[in-house]
Amino acid sequence: MGRWLVRGLCLGLLAFVVFGPLANMVLWAFTERWYFPHALPIEYGFSFWGRVFAPRGGAIESLVNSAVIAVGTVAMSLALAVPAGYALARLRLPFRSLILLAFLLPQAFPNLPVYINIARIFYGFGLNGTYLGVVLVHTSHGLVYAVWIATAAFASVEHELEEAARNIGAGAMHTFWTITLPLAAPGLMASAIFVFLESLDEFTGTYFVGAPDVQTLPLLLYSASAGGNYQIASITALILLVPSIAFMLVVERFLRADVLAKVGR
Amino acid sequence: MKASPFLGPLLVLPALGVILLLFVWPLLYSLVGAFVTGEGWGLGNFAKTVELYRSDILFTFLIVGLSTLLIAVFAVAIGGYLVLGSNPRAQAILRWLYRWPLFIPFIVAGQLMRTFLAKNGLLNGMLVEAGLLTPLQTLSFLDWRGIVIAFVWKQTPFVALLVAGAMAGLDRSMFEAARNLGASRLRILVEIVVPQVMQTLLVGLILSFVIMLSVLSVPLMINAQTPTMITANMAFRINAYGDYGVANALGVISYLMAGAVAWIYLRYAVRERMEQR
Repeated sequence: MGRWLVRGLCLGLLAFVVFGPLANMVLWAFTERWYFPHALPIEYGFSFWGRVFAPRGGAIESLVNSAVIAVGTVAMSLALAVPAGYALARLRLPFRSLILLAFLLPQAFPNLPVYINIARIFYGFGLNGTYLGVVLVHTSHGLVYAVWIATAAFASVEHELEEAARNIGAGAMHTFWTITLPLAAPGLMASAIFVFLESLDEFTGTYFVGAPDVQTLPLLLYSASAGGNYQIASITALILLVPSIAFMLVVERFLRADVLAKVGR
Repeated sequence: MKASPFLGPLLVLPALGVILLLFVWPLLYSLVGAFVTGEGWGLGNFAKTVELYRSDILFTFLIVGLSTLLIAVFAVAIGGYLVLGSNPRAQAILRWLYRWPLFIPFIVAGQLMRTFLAKNGLLNGMLVEAGLLTPLQTLSFLDWRGIVIAFVWKQTPFVALLVAGAMAGLDRSMFEAARNLGASRLRILVEIVVPQVMQTLLVGLILSFVIMLSVLSVPLMINAQTPTMITANMAFRINAYGDYGVANALGVISYLMAGAVAWIYLRYAVRERMEQR
C-alpha cells in the first residue's frame, strides 16, 4: 500500500513537472485576459490567433521562411551527406574515424562565438540577411546528424545484396540507385527529419546571420516574448512544438535499432 | 572491378569542406580576434573582459555546472528505475513520461518556463490553490533558478535516453545475483550499474554542458539582468558596440570551460583503458 502511494506520488510529480509548463503555454495561447493573482485565465478566446495570423502579424511570413529554410537545409545536408555517408560506410578511407569526428565539432564546441564570426565573414560576401546564408549556417550545424545517420544507414544495408546485383551484371551506379539507396531510405528519412527539426528550431545562428531581414518562427517567438506579449509568444511556441512532439513520438519507427546501433561507428 | 582509391575521399570532401569553411575557419577567426586590440596584438580584450564580466563568467560556470549535476542525478534515477524497478506498469508510464521535452527547442523551453515559473504562473497558481501558499507569498523563479530549471527540464531526457539505453544492454544476471545476496536496489544502482555506464553518462553530460554553455535564448528570456550568462554578454557586445574583441575573448573563455570538462573526460577514459589492460 505504502509503496503504491510513493510510486503514484513520484509519477504524479514527474507528470506535473513535464506537463505543467506545457499546460501553462497552451493556456496562454487561448487566453484573452489573465493577471495576478488569478490561478487560471479570466477569459478564454481566439482573438490573438486572429492577430498572429493576420497579414501584418508576421506569423505567416515567419512560418513560410522557416519552412523554406528548413527544406533548403535538408536538401543541402542530404546532397552532402549521402555521398559522404556512402563513402564512410562502404569505401576505403584514410583517417575514417577522424573524419567522422570532424562532423561532431560544431556540436562539441560552444557555437555562439562561431556564429558571431560567421556573421562577420558572411558580411564580406553579402550573405548576411539572406536565405542562403541562414541555410549554410543551419547545414553546418545539422550535418553531424545527416552524415552520422546516413553512414549508419548505408552500413546496415547488407553487402550480399549489392554483390548479387553486381554479379548479374548491374553497374556500380545502377546498383546504388536500385539496391543500396532504397534500402537505406528509412535511415536517410530519419536523418532528414532530424536536420529539418534542427533547422526549424535554430535560434542563435539565425539571430546573428539572418536577423532582421530573415524572420523565422524562433525569432518571432523571441521578439514577442521580449515585448511581453505572452499570447503571441505562446501561440508561436505551440506551432514550433507540434513537429517536435510528433517526432518524439515516432522517432523509433524511423530509426530502427540496427541502424541506431551503428550510429557514430 | 575495384573502386578507385580516390573515390572515397572525393565523396567525403564536399561535406568536410562545409565543416572547414563554416566551422573551423570562423572558430580560428574568433581565436585570433580575441587577441586583436585597438593597439595591435595583445591581451587587452581579456583584461577588459575580466574587469567587466568576472561575475558573469563565474555565474555561467556555476549555473551550467549545477544544471549538469542535476541532470546526472535525474538521468541516473530514471535509467535506474527503468532497469531495476519491480513494477512493469510504473516503468511503462515512466518510459512514456520522461521523453516529452526531448526535441523541444531551447527557445520554446525558455518561453514555457517564463510563463510557468512567473509570479502568476501555473506553478505558483497550483501551490496557492492547494493551500500551500497565500497569493502574497508567491515567488517568481525567473532568475538563476529559472535558467537551471529550464536547462534541466530540457536536457535530462537526452542524457536519460542515452543512459537508459546503455543500462538496458548490461548483463542482468549480475543485478539478480547482488539482489539475492541482499543488496538494496539503490546500492546496486550506485555500485554496479552506474560504474558500467559511466562512459555513456559522461559523454551525454559533456555534450549537454557544451550545449547549455552556448544557449542564448534561455538567459535572454528568463534572466536578462546582471549577473547573466556570458552568451547574453557576447550578444550585447556585438549588438550594442560592435565590439568583436571582447565578444571573442568571452568566446575563448567559453572554449576553455568546454575544454576543461572534455579534459576531465579524457583523463577518465585514459584511466579506464589503462585499467582494462
